[in-house]
Order: sequence, then structure tokens, then C-alpha cells
Amino acid sequence: MILTAENISKTFNRRTVFREIGFTVAAGQSIAVTGRNGAGKSTLLKILAGLLTPTRGSVRYDVDGSVCGPEEIRASLGFVSPYLQLYDEFSALENLRLLSRMRSATVAADDRCREMLTRFGLWERRDDQVRTYSSGMKQRLKYVVALLDDPQVLLLDEPSANLDADGIAAVSHVYESSQRRILVVATNDRSEAERCELKVHLGTGAS
Amino acid sequence: MNVLARTSAVLVKDLLSEIRTRYALNALLMFIITAVAIILFALRGDTPGTVVLAGMFWVVVFFTGMSGLSRIFVSEEERGTALTLQLLAPPGVVYFGKLAFNVLLTLVLVAGVTAVYLVAFPGFIIQTPSIFFVTLLLGSLGLASAATIIAAIVAKAGSRGTLYPVLSFPVVVVLLMTVMNATVKSLDGEEFSAAIVDFVVLISYVMVMTAGSFLLFEFVWKD
Repeated sequence: MILTAENISKTFNRRTVFREIGFTVAAGQSIAVTGRNGAGKSTLLKILAGLLTPTRGSVRYDVDGSVCGPEEIRASLGFVSPYLQLYDEFSALENLRLLSRMRSATVAADDRCREMLTRFGLWERRDDQVRTYSSGMKQRLKYVVALLDDPQVLLLDEPSANLDADGIAAVSHVYESSQRRILVVATNDRSEAERCELKVHLGTGAS
Repeated sequence: MNVLARTSAVLVKDLLSEIRTRYALNALLMFIITAVAIILFALRGDTPGTVVLAGMFWVVVFFTGMSGLSRIFVSEEERGTALTLQLLAPPGVVYFGKLAFNVLLTLVLVAGVTAVYLVAFPGFIIQTPSIFFVTLLLGSLGLASAATIIAAIVAKAGSRGTLYPVLSFPVVVVLLMTVMNATVKSLDGEEFSAAIVDFVVLISYVMVMTAGSFLLFEFVWKD
């Protein structure tokens, strides 16, 4: 799979957040999106995920030379972001089962749920409602949801936010095990950005 | 099949969520009891005619529906889960899942209002049940269809509480006039054939509203 962003610009109410951003990332490559607060890192990731439409330019995902449709992109995308919340009134397991049915019409396999929840240290709390989780545990659960179907494209917005040492170690494992996928990381953390092969810096931002 | 399974997943998620939180059900129940109690106080023991009873029945259904049906999208926006839904499911799946939930909720609502009316108003005697129940079914489908798309629009706006009934009224006025007319016929004991024209209007309303809402939904739901 190849992700191509061509001359993307985004404007909100006459304010241009960024203009003419372009890059190409192939499977097995990673790219860091950096920039000051307000530079548009989260906005760019939402555009890459198809949650926002760019004011100008386009985003394209290709597999073997053919352009992917919205449904193919949705099926191959994992996204961890502070803006994506899970359902507080459900347990971790219920969230995984319901969300996987919405995404692919199939209930996530129990073994896969167990593997992912164990990897992120949530297996013991799998039946507790998410409203009882700390912010770090909710962040870990977002990783489980994003990685459950082994996506070909993984978008991480502030990947280490709210995580403790164990959580950060689990995220490191995500970086290391992403050799076959496209990894896009929006961060202001220099060490996280340096792990990525490619970089795009959004110049303007809050002053 | 895939689309149907995913749509049912959205419906199941909303049903389980409603069972856990009772956001909409509690609001509907309280509104029905309050509205009927106020009507009873205002009547002071008088027995209104069938036209007034049918009108009040659908006024209670309309305003109760407005208090509960908008939750379907507003709660997703308030809890920050709307983007998660956008990421996982295409707009059509979300729309029909939410519509199915609102249809079920509206059927519960009209069943509740009917039960309360049968107990509270001695003059509320359904003489032609076939007209009454077909009217309830088609009225619920129409109200749920209109409420779903308006809820999606209102959820993106700032002043959600006041905007919902204001936006809803012009959209459902045709529906309300027709269901009131058909309900009067059921209370007056007219033949089923006398309400055929009303049913044709209601079926047309449901089809146009659902098709139009489906086409509009993607633009409302995204960005």
C-alpha cells in the first residue's frame, strides 16, 4: 500500500491551518508529523483518516497500482487520537466486539482480543466499564481497538499521551512491529519523531 | 449482508447503551407523565371530543419525541464518540442503524402514550383499531425518520436544546396533520377504507423523508 498526499491545504473560517503539504509513504515506512501547537498536526491526521475533507489537494491510498475506495481505506486503517473516544458505558471487551462488528461485520476473535488486551495490560480489567478506567488505560484501549484488525495503515496522534512506562514500552513494541505497515505519527516528542524515517514539519502554528 | 450486519451492530450498540444509561427512556417517560398530568389539570374533569383528544395525543407524542429522539446523535457528539463511529462505519450504516433505533424508541413512545391515554381519558375509545394501529405504525416511522436527520443536523450545531423542536415542526407538520386526521377517524369508528388516503400520504412521507435523509446524511455527518 502507498499513501500519497498531494498539495493538501486546510482552511477553517478563512484561517488557513496549513497549505500545500505533500508526501508519499509506502508500506514499511514511517513518517513523523511535527509542528507547534495549532500547526494542524491533528487536522492533517484526520484528513489522512478521511474524517475531514481537505480544502485543496487530495489524499490517495493505492494497492498494486489501483486506488482504494473509502471502504477499503476504512478496513485497513487504525487510528489512535485524543479526539477518538470509546464508549464509557461498555467494558473493554464489549467495546472491542461492538466496534469490530461495526467495522467489518464480524465479531473480533476471543483469542485476538485476549492477546491484544494482555499486551496492553488490560486483560485483568476486561469486564470493567471503561468509565472506571484512568486516562492512561483509556489510551491503551484505543491502541487495542486500532490494532485489533492488524491495520495496514496506523495513524498515531500524540502516541504517548497519558501513558506510564509500561504503556510507553507497549507503544515502542507497536513501532517495532510495524515493518509491514504505513505508520504516521503526529508528535512534538523529539525521540518519537526520530524513530520515523520520513518527516513533515508544519510550519505555522499558534504564536 | 455485510451492510445489514454492520447496521444491526450500530442498532445493538445503541440499544445496549440505552439499557445501561436510560438517557432517552427516562426523558420520554417523565415527559409523557408530565404532559398528560397537565392536560388533565387543564380539562378539570371535562370530556373533550375526539378531535381534541386526537390532537392532544399527537402533541404529546411530538413534544415527547423531541425531548428524547435527538439524544441519538447529540450523545455521540457530547461523548466524543462521533468521530469513532465515522472512522469505523460508512454514513449509510450509521444512518440506518440510528434510524432503526429511533423507530423502536418511537414505537415504545406511542405505545406508552396510548396506554396512559386509555387510562387517563375515558373518552379515548379506539373504535376502529385497524386504523389506529396502522396510523401509529406509519406515524412512528415518519416521526422517527424526520427526527433522525434533524438530530444529526442539530448535533453539529451550538444551541441544541432549542433548535431541535424549532427545526422539527415545519418538517413534521404534514405528518402531524395526517396522523391527527386518521386518529380522529379511528376514534369516531369510521371504516378502514375512509383512512386509505391518509395512509397513502403517510407512506409517501416516510419514503420521501427516508430517501432524502439518506442522501443528505453523508454531508451532515462528515466535517
